[in-house]
Amino acid sequence: MDNIERLLGLMTGDEKHDPASHSTLDVIRVLYERVLHLSPVTMDDPRRDRFLLSKGHGPSAYYAVLCDRGFFPESWLPGWGSFDSPLGFHPDRNLVPGVEISSGSLGHGLPLAVGTALGLRAQGIDSRVVVLVGDAELDEGSNHEALELAPALGLDALTVVVVDNRSTTYVVPGRVAERFTTEGWHVVTVDGRDRDALEKALTERPVGLPNVVVATVLDLQDVAA
Amino acid sequence: MTVTVNPRPLVRDPRMQFARTVTALLDEDRSTALVYAEISARFFTEAERRHPERVVNVGIREQLMVNVGAGMALTGLRPVVHSFGTFLVERAFEQVKLGFPHQGVGGVLVGGGGSFDASRSGRTHQVPGDVALLDTLPDVVIHAPGTAQETNDVLRRAVAADGLHYVRIVEQTNTESFGGTGLHVVRRGSAATVVVLGPVLDDVLAATADRDVTVVYAHSVRPFDSSTFRAVLTAPDVVLVEPWLAGTSARVVSDALVGVPHRLLSLGTRRMELRHYGTPAEHQRAHGLDAAGIRRSIESFLAE
Repeated sequence: MDNIERLLGLMTGDEKHDPASHSTLDVIRVLYERVLHLSPVTMDDPRRDRFLLSKGHGPSAYYAVLCDRGFFPESWLPGWGSFDSPLGFHPDRNLVPGVEISSGSLGHGLPLAVGTALGLRAQGIDSRVVVLVGDAELDEGSNHEALELAPALGLDALTVVVVDNRSTTYVVPGRVAERFTTEGWHVVTVDGRDRDALEKALTERPVGLPNVVVATVLDLQDVAA
Repeated sequence: MTVTVNPRPLVRDPRMQFARTVTALLDEDRSTALVYAEISARFFTEAERRHPERVVNVGIREQLMVNVGAGMALTGLRPVVHSFGTFLVERAFEQVKLGFPHQGVGGVLVGGGGSFDASRSGRTHQVPGDVALLDTLPDVVIHAPGTAQETNDVLRRAVAADGLHYVRIVEQTNTESFGGTGLHVVRRGSAATVVVLGPVLDDVLAATADRDVTVVYAHSVRPFDSSTFRAVLTAPDVVLVEPWLAGTSARVVSDALVGVPHRLLSLGTRRMELRHYGTPAEHQRAHGLDAAGIRRSIESFLAE
């Protein structure tokens, strides 16, 4: 068992969100361990890369990775969700070091990421902004406002990762990738459990266009049901 | 970097003044940004040409507009976010609630139209409930300037400050401009205290010209200046007049008077839908907020 799996084991009590949380584990690990320039040291640096967890449901994988990277002590994990814990079942940026946005209500992270990318661009900062959304989260119409604007403004600092575990009720296979393609995004679909493929997809980016990585995670279907 | 520009003269229309002031603020301070959603585009041509990176038109996408402003605030900018009040505050209310106070960042929301400007357009473009709705959030600073001068002043203060501010821009104006924040004592009397918020002061002064009442006025709606209010209070009768949903500020008046026996008359727009068109003045009259209507309400209240 590696350290992150051990840390995950310290958090109990949110089993309802387990499939949601574990579907994001490999994506978040690859981003923090291999792709983004993010550490407790650069946490307040205006030029740091940004990772925004829009799909705030089931943040235990996120907490485990942040803890493993040294953003907060391991002693915080067992008491998560209790009254005085900084770690809620949805993360709060005002309570957890390294958390860029408070999330939980779906459909806010991608629009916030567009604003963040525009704010950085206006200040001449070329950091990356990566936002993780779920396939069912894309039910929310607010995402589509952002999905249309980002390519129109050529926001190439922006990367969306869609963790697609087919949790939306009305599944249309291939729809996620097709929709982003239609709006002019650079689209790559990968196996969301293949860390090398994720690393490659998350590292290679086009110029002048935002990009999306659709990370397919189907191994938790039985658990999720 | 600060750019010195020659201040342009004030204009009479508060909305045009808003555009002029925000354009000047974009010139003066590189941390200021403007996000809008098509509405008022014709006022921002110059600002957009001079600052294409800090002026963003998101198209007809108000949910996105609010969160783009919030996202810019997360990077340290001070966003001014503008549309008609109804699309800014009511349509995108969850974005306002979670994008700003919940993230712990600030910005300046500028809502146009108010209760009466869109008298010919109907209910879809009117926002009598904006102040009440924003009042459900913690620490929102709410401004209702009554003149172009006040519009310029409150915008400059709001952009220079921290936290979430809402500036309510409408076509109705008062004759006199008041500087600073808090309540201004316009007239002293002894029979009752009339609290006037926003651009309805001229009608109140006309309605009470022959009455021995104290009239206090503020364009800073929240926080409410309770200490001045308590200090000027000479009689138990209090009349509150605000050109948006009646009773919106009754809570803050009541809080200011805990332990003080008093009677309160709250005047504002009524809850019912008018389903009439016509002019802003006709709408004010229909809600009893013209001078004659205010006079009638105060007379019957003080006669009780």
